[in-house]
Amino acid sequence: MTREEIESREDESMMDAPQINKPKPEEFFNVNYLRIYYGKRTLFPYSDIHKWLSYGHDGKHPGCDEYYFGRREFSFTLENDVYLRYKSFKNASSMEDAIRSHFPYKIDIGAVYSVDPDKRHAYSQTGSNVFTPVERELVFDIDITDYDDVRYCCSGADVCSKCWPLMTVAIKVIHTSLTEDFGFKHILWVFSGRRGVHCWVCDPKARRMTNEQRSAVAEYFRVYKGNENNARKVALMGYSLHPFLARSYVDYLKGFFEGELQATQSIFSTKDKYEKILAMISDEDIQSELRGKWENSARSSLSEEAISLVRWEQLKNTLQSKKHKAPTLRMCVEEIVFTFTYPRIDLEVSKQMNHLLKAPFCVHPKTGRVCVPIDPNNCDDFDPLAVPTLSQLIEEINSGGSRMDVDDDDDSDTSLLGKSIKFFRSSFLEPLLKSCKEEIESSYKTKIGKSKDSLSW
Amino acid sequence: MEVIRSQKRTPSNDTVSNPKIPLYLTAPQMEVRLEEFELFAVDRLRVLKGVSDGLARGRNPKEMDDLVDTLWKEHMRDPDASVMFNKDIISHFVLRLVYCRSDELKKWFLSMETALFRHRFRLQNFEAQRAIVGEFGLPYKAVTGAELEGLKERLGQVVRSLGQISPTVEAVYYKVPFEEVPDLVASRRVLIQKGYAFVAGSQLVSLVVTQFRSHISKALILTNRKWTTTIQEREKDRLTPIVEALSTSYLGPDYSQSTEYAEISLKDIDQVAKSSFPLCMRHLFEKVREDHHLKHGGRMQLGLFLKGVGLKLDDALAFWRAEFTKKVGSERFDKEYAYSIRHNYGKEGKRTDYTPYACQKIILSAPGAGDHHGCPYRHFSEDNLRAALGRMGLSSRGMEGVMDQVRNKHYQLACTMTFEAVYGTSCDAGINHPNQYFEESQKILKSKTPPAPV
Repeated sequence: MTREEIESREDESMMDAPQINKPKPEEFFNVNYLRIYYGKRTLFPYSDIHKWLSYGHDGKHPGCDEYYFGRREFSFTLENDVYLRYKSFKNASSMEDAIRSHFPYKIDIGAVYSVDPDKRHAYSQTGSNVFTPVERELVFDIDITDYDDVRYCCSGADVCSKCWPLMTVAIKVIHTSLTEDFGFKHILWVFSGRRGVHCWVCDPKARRMTNEQRSAVAEYFRVYKGNENNARKVALMGYSLHPFLARSYVDYLKGFFEGELQATQSIFSTKDKYEKILAMISDEDIQSELRGKWENSARSSLSEEAISLVRWEQLKNTLQSKKHKAPTLRMCVEEIVFTFTYPRIDLEVSKQMNHLLKAPFCVHPKTGRVCVPIDPNNCDDFDPLAVPTLSQLIEEINSGGSRMDVDDDDDSDTSLLGKSIKFFRSSFLEPLLKSCKEEIESSYKTKIGKSKDSLSW
Repeated sequence: MEVIRSQKRTPSNDTVSNPKIPLYLTAPQMEVRLEEFELFAVDRLRVLKGVSDGLARGRNPKEMDDLVDTLWKEHMRDPDASVMFNKDIISHFVLRLVYCRSDELKKWFLSMETALFRHRFRLQNFEAQRAIVGEFGLPYKAVTGAELEGLKERLGQVVRSLGQISPTVEAVYYKVPFEEVPDLVASRRVLIQKGYAFVAGSQLVSLVVTQFRSHISKALILTNRKWTTTIQEREKDRLTPIVEALSTSYLGPDYSQSTEYAEISLKDIDQVAKSSFPLCMRHLFEKVREDHHLKHGGRMQLGLFLKGVGLKLDDALAFWRAEFTKKVGSERFDKEYAYSIRHNYGKEGKRTDYTPYACQKIILSAPGAGDHHGCPYRHFSEDNLRAALGRMGLSSRGMEGVMDQVRNKHYQLACTMTFEAVYGTSCDAGINHPNQYFEESQKILKSKTPPAPV
């Protein structure tokens, strides 16, 4: 599209979808579609995002902080990789206006600061550390490229139905721990648009955590300590697993490893593959024993999956009888399972309050897919290859027409994006806002209660 | 705290009924002689420096307990218990003045005082420890009865996961919000349920250390404010000169300005890497040449090291560009990588001139998938480490000594032994900074080469 063509299109009303040729299958994303996506009020859910990030401070209660939303940092990445940081908006409509004038390729959400990010230079002169993050969700980022050493179907940016289940298992393990161990209640899982998932923990307690506390939670979740320089990337010491790891193993990891993973990855079926696993056993004799069994078996009648399962059983039996030989063998079986299945989070993303993370409902520029929420209680049903793309949304507008409004009374809404927005509202936003309002109310009552006392001499 | 010339000192009111370790919650209300002001501070500084040394050498917790005990007895002891107690308090507050004045000084002081507190606490008996917990006014209740019964099995699992073969659960557990014990959470040393951590009596140290650190951190900010607004000017003829002299004497070199030995140019860099880089940097350097890429952690660790050895910004840009453009192309290099190199040299953003990482920091880093930074003595598997040491020229006998240190987790001693084996000389100071390794190595090599003929 040339500049002139783009500009002439801008003259047309943004509310009518222009007549565009049917997109080629690979062309899921382009700038024009993006403009429509942000241009129409019924696609990108501006007011839901605003409500979420206001956490109940809507100005309707005397205890509200009307400047709260305005102290949140956003960043925009524009078409030519131009990066705009420290953007802030005093309300939903100025956020909308800014997005509609820039049409960013990516929108990131940062922390809530002590003062307006926009005006930080005005304040930083009056003393040390006046411009500083005050609140920020506890966030996690899981990217399937960090599993490249244990998936054989894809590598790099690709993802398919064989390796996506690694993300599903990761969601289950982390989500269970966040709710059961840490007691968090307001958790949003979002598809990153291509090959991973993000997690936003929005409880007030979580938002006020210090960097040190965030780091502690990230380390609690960390098990895999590997790169190409070490062979044994998961080292489980001690005589048993910590209850969190034990529960994850029993409830999710073991079953996944012995079932779906064998079917999709067949991790024992070739010499290259099984040598990698043998290298995790820190005893040469056991390695040789198993190698001997596997090298010489010429069973071409069995499927890859069946061969893998047989070899896994052999490995387990051998280790079971020999595990007392050395402390490093005690939990070798579990170590192998953890290496292949346990979540690998990006620690740096979680550790610092000022780290920016992509906003939900953005569109991924390389795939055109919308970053939609994932239901952690039904994550087995989530298919990253079935997520609506920008071109599909535009198609839908062109063909379906007017019924794109997602309003609360419409239970029969079936638009592509509507389902996701409804889910966002009903399972995340509404319970969150309810609890935020309760908190604002009770802390307000406490405050006026206190000041009443101070007046009585 | 009143500082006066030569009047007799009156003891503080709180020497009477307190626990052996003061918490430094409030400034003492007592008079101090000017000479003692400086003397007490210097003695405490010797203790803190000793703690810093111990940590840099990778001493384990038990070794640190013993070290602190020795240091304290050597420098801070007095036959009169109340005098000893007052010296403790006075010296701490004087050092607060000294070390509140910059971020780097604050960070060092906070780390060392916290470590000192931690190990002094560990040396106390359980009753004394509980008394100190009480002093902090922490509202933690012990878990008893049915609730404890219900947790017993999992508490036993935690105990076993920490290396104890029998799951004997302690008698007393405290139910504490998980936020209050971050280091126990991070190392999975506690059971956590619905936001609460169940802390064993023997783990109390974690609880108090977090509180202690948080308190001192806040106090330092307030002290700094007071210093810059009133004290510095008011005391310019009396205390200020003493305070300013005290801070410069005890921090080791940070290698942010390279010394006369350290200028290297781009054309020599491969040869210098082979001859003088410590293993961690050699590995990173080789990987850059091999893969024409490094992930962020590696770029930081190697980049700052090169800055410390005297590689100028322009040469650094040329070096990274030459390698990275083989993989990502010139435009992407300029867009994505040049900025952060300039950032490291203090030419962008908030323009902090970043200092090269010391061993302690490198050892504690966490290289993940695709990373090559970190300390090879800690992060490499035995086979890979042996191969790397072989490439450095170690004989199999020399290697055994090194591997022995590695097995005992004395990573810096392992590096020191490697240094000694490679250069055939002893290094008594011990390696605690990659740039130190480089400088020492260059000193030796330069002293061996004959001067160029005139």
